[in-house]
Amino acid sequence: MKFTARVWKFPDNINTDLILPNRAFYLTPEEQVKFVFSANRPGWVDLVQPGDILIGGRNFGMGSSRPAARSLRNLKLGCLVAESINGLFFRNSVNFGFPALECRGIEAAFEEGEVAEVSFDDYTVRNQRSGAVLTAEPLPETLKRLMQAGGLFPLLEAEGYLAAKAV
Amino acid sequence: MGMTIAEKILARASGRERVAAGDLVTVKVDTVVLFDNNFMPSIWQEVLKLEHPERVVVIMDHRVPAPTIQSAGAHRTARRFVEKFGIARFHDVGATQGICHQVVADQGYALPGTVLVCSDSHTCSAGAFNCIARGVGGPDVMYAATKGETWFRVGATVRYELTGALRNGVTAKDVFLHIAGSYGEHATQNIEFGGPALAGLSISARKTLATMGAELSCEFATFEADTALADYLRTCGKSEIAAVHPDADADYFGVRTIDLDTLEPLVALPDSVLGNSRPISEVAGTRIDQAFIGSCANGTLDDLELAARVLSGRKVSSKTRLIVTPASQQVYLHALRSGVIAKLAEAGAVITNPTCGACGGGHMGVLGPDEVCITASTRNFKGRMGDPSARIYMASPATVAASAVTGVITHPGKFLN
Repeated sequence: MKFTARVWKFPDNINTDLILPNRAFYLTPEEQVKFVFSANRPGWVDLVQPGDILIGGRNFGMGSSRPAARSLRNLKLGCLVAESINGLFFRNSVNFGFPALECRGIEAAFEEGEVAEVSFDDYTVRNQRSGAVLTAEPLPETLKRLMQAGGLFPLLEAEGYLAAKAV
Repeated sequence: MGMTIAEKILARASGRERVAAGDLVTVKVDTVVLFDNNFMPSIWQEVLKLEHPERVVVIMDHRVPAPTIQSAGAHRTARRFVEKFGIARFHDVGATQGICHQVVADQGYALPGTVLVCSDSHTCSAGAFNCIARGVGGPDVMYAATKGETWFRVGATVRYELTGALRNGVTAKDVFLHIAGSYGEHATQNIEFGGPALAGLSISARKTLATMGAELSCEFATFEADTALADYLRTCGKSEIAAVHPDADADYFGVRTIDLDTLEPLVALPDSVLGNSRPISEVAGTRIDQAFIGSCANGTLDDLELAARVLSGRKVSSKTRLIVTPASQQVYLHALRSGVIAKLAEAGAVITNPTCGACGGGHMGVLGPDEVCITASTRNFKGRMGDPSARIYMASPATVAASAVTGVITHPGKFLN
């Protein structure tokens, strides 16, 4: 699994209220994506292109358990690379099939708009302009497979625990 | 090297001799709590099989009574689920309703040494009961509900050794604000609370601290067990408990001593609680439109009683509004019988039914554009309680009540003498 795309940078402690605010709660998952970062970066969802990569600071995704990772996936972002990822947000990333990696030094290695090459095979992140290569934290193999397979709901459907539903 | 409380419980639940920071473990889950948001049309998928219905608890809390048609639909789906699988522990809108973490406390659903999960981030609240509990998000809670297990990454443990005693007007919320202000986030780490000051901290105070562990981004926030805990659980009808104590040579990432006598009331400035705590003097006089006391962190009987002490014989300023949301129907009833609710209402507070309510900006006190709020709840994030331009300060129920009286951010000290 590899991603090559331009990056958007966000600071430390980005919380899930910013990704999926309460006022979008009653909307469909498709409609919810319009509210991503609407409080801290209005208009951003209109600029982002499918496949783009998010770069975060420390503790990305702190706060509520709401399905914020699903909104980032539905926005068709390629992946997230952050200095560190909040434990609960990481679970939701795995479980909604939104690829996410922790990589120390990522903030300093990129300016917004530069192009990153992110590999989930050898866990490297390369800055195309500077040529700098960083090594990310490897994912446990079971969690990586789950992330790649689209997360938990398809698994629970396949095992007969949940009825199918298109999301 | 010995193990911390969290490590010991994780070892038992995963059938291992021992675990250490860095391990990925699969654990048997003893209790799974579902709530109304899990049944919302945008996430719900009908459950066909449930391995252990007896481990599942269903509690209506975030949006009760239903403020919208979608919420009403979610409640209906929940009732059908409960009926289909014969879930015995169901807390519908009514006599035993409340915020799920408070209902877990009221009913004694979280027992020492056990593993409890719920999708909600503040599930760490149950760590007050010497168990490990955490929010796992929507998909993982359905996995745990249907299959009876989940996974955890074992983190290193930070121990807070609490000494001394809280001074008048200083609360568990201020202890949290001190930790968040001094140490910031605890991502990937477990927090363990212990020390001689524990004996002076009520179960409600411990629950406030454990709940706010979510705001420190810790994996688990777990308290040591003591006789006060055993006494409390006995009142819930749980007399046989197996307390888990840390080993004397447990391997901690760090041990930090906090002398409670030295703490003062604090307030977190808007938008973040990490590294954002200030003495009240720095923002005293800031005008507020709304004051809120409630949530899984601060809707306990202790919190309501403290607010009533501040408000007794006083009036909420005509320039502001005070909203008080008891965390559960049980808390509400106790406060009603003891006269606390009357004191709050006589002072001009609006008492709502138990629900998550204004804390999450769902209903019962949503903020408008440019409004300023001081809240004793869980979060002060931008846009959290309503319009993104609203500014949210966070403080203890005492500070919030004192601020409601004056209409500006105010130190509670002189109101409690």
